[in-house]
Amino acid sequence: MTARLSAADIARRVAQDVPDGAYVNLGIGMPMKVADHIPPGREFVLHSENGLLGMGPAPAPDAVDPDLTNAGKQPVTIVPGGAYFHQADSFAMIRGGHIDVSILGAYQVAANGDIANWSLGGSKPPAVGGAMDLVAGARRVWVMLSSHVAKDGASKLVERCSLPLTGLACVDRIYSDLAVIEIDADGFLVTDILDGLGENELAAQTGAPLRFAPGCRRLRAELT
Amino acid sequence: MIDKRYTSAAAAVADCEDLRDGAVILIGGFGDAGVPERLIDAVRERGLSDLTIVSNNAGSGDYGLARLLASGCAARMVCSFPRSSGSVVFEELYEAGRIELEIVPQGTLAERIRAGGAGVPAFYTATGYGTPLAEGKETREFDGRHYVMERAIRADVALIHAATGDRFGNLTYAKTARNFNPIMAMAARTTLAEVRTTVDMVDPEVVVTPGIFVDRIVEVGA
Repeated sequence: MTARLSAADIARRVAQDVPDGAYVNLGIGMPMKVADHIPPGREFVLHSENGLLGMGPAPAPDAVDPDLTNAGKQPVTIVPGGAYFHQADSFAMIRGGHIDVSILGAYQVAANGDIANWSLGGSKPPAVGGAMDLVAGARRVWVMLSSHVAKDGASKLVERCSLPLTGLACVDRIYSDLAVIEIDADGFLVTDILDGLGENELAAQTGAPLRFAPGCRRLRAELT
Repeated sequence: MIDKRYTSAAAAVADCEDLRDGAVILIGGFGDAGVPERLIDAVRERGLSDLTIVSNNAGSGDYGLARLLASGCAARMVCSFPRSSGSVVFEELYEAGRIELEIVPQGTLAERIRAGGAGVPAFYTATGYGTPLAEGKETREFDGRHYVMERAIRADVALIHAATGDRFGNLTYAKTARNFNPIMAMAARTTLAEVRTTVDMVDPEVVVTPGIFVDRIVEVGA
């Protein structure tokens, strides 16, 4: 089997699907990498839910401004055309359906589009942030998975989520290290599969039935 | 003459009648951006008890909000993300069962505060429907979609941070340090603002929080 996709490969593949001019919210962690792979000639406006549109890359160490951070509390910059606003406006953008695409990570995604990405249980205090608002409010919800299968061997793509839900029937598409999968009324539909990976091999690593789109594309890891 | 300026954070909190045991206190900020640290310190020194603190995060390190919580003055925290890196104080209190936590989706928290400030007692949102955070809450269907009813938050006191202010209480903010501050200013019986600088008059075209929402302001410098 060929190499699985790296986080950068997945981010590059996701970025190809974001339309020019889209208002996009990138979750903390791996989804942030999408910003590094915006195709030439395309312009995305990045929304950061703490109150920023037009989020730019991290500043040079000597140009850090503690008043300018992202949702992960990391220093960022603002690009031309950007704006600052308060929390109620920021979440009106999300909850009012103004954000075109929300790209986030997940522990589990179900064939009916349910997502669990905020709680693993345990004794630590729970923390939700803006995840429930994003999955309920963004026009499209895409999930990025650095690995199709969790460390314990269980697939992150399941028939029904067993972890506490973030939202119901809201995920439109999944990008993993093995495949790109649409979720429609009949469940998982594979549109892209890792080059060299058999359909049965992908199915064996997925916790719910798969259908394969006609002309299913091949994903290749790039040497970076 | 209207003049809402106080000479120090301690003076601003000293005779504030809404700051009392059992009070509900809104505290602005997101992470370390836009946190009214001097006012928080001044409130801590009042030695109150049984407070309910409403803030997006639960503080980090041993300063500001974390230090306030460490003093044991708070019985309850309403918050969207109390588990930031370095939020050791809150985690210890929580795991020891010494503080109650109400976890709220960030947008629902913002809208509950905005609604409180706007005189709206409750509203419906799709956020959280079907999740553990909607358990026990009234739900309703509109146009084929399910929504959860959420109650507004009204507080006794709001502590907020701003960039500039004038004697009328008009405020402007700095970049993403704005965050929860403008909506919290609207939702409390008494709003105390710490500002980096006071000016004769904030340009009316750039006022973000009009002075009607602000009761006391303190200049604290950068």
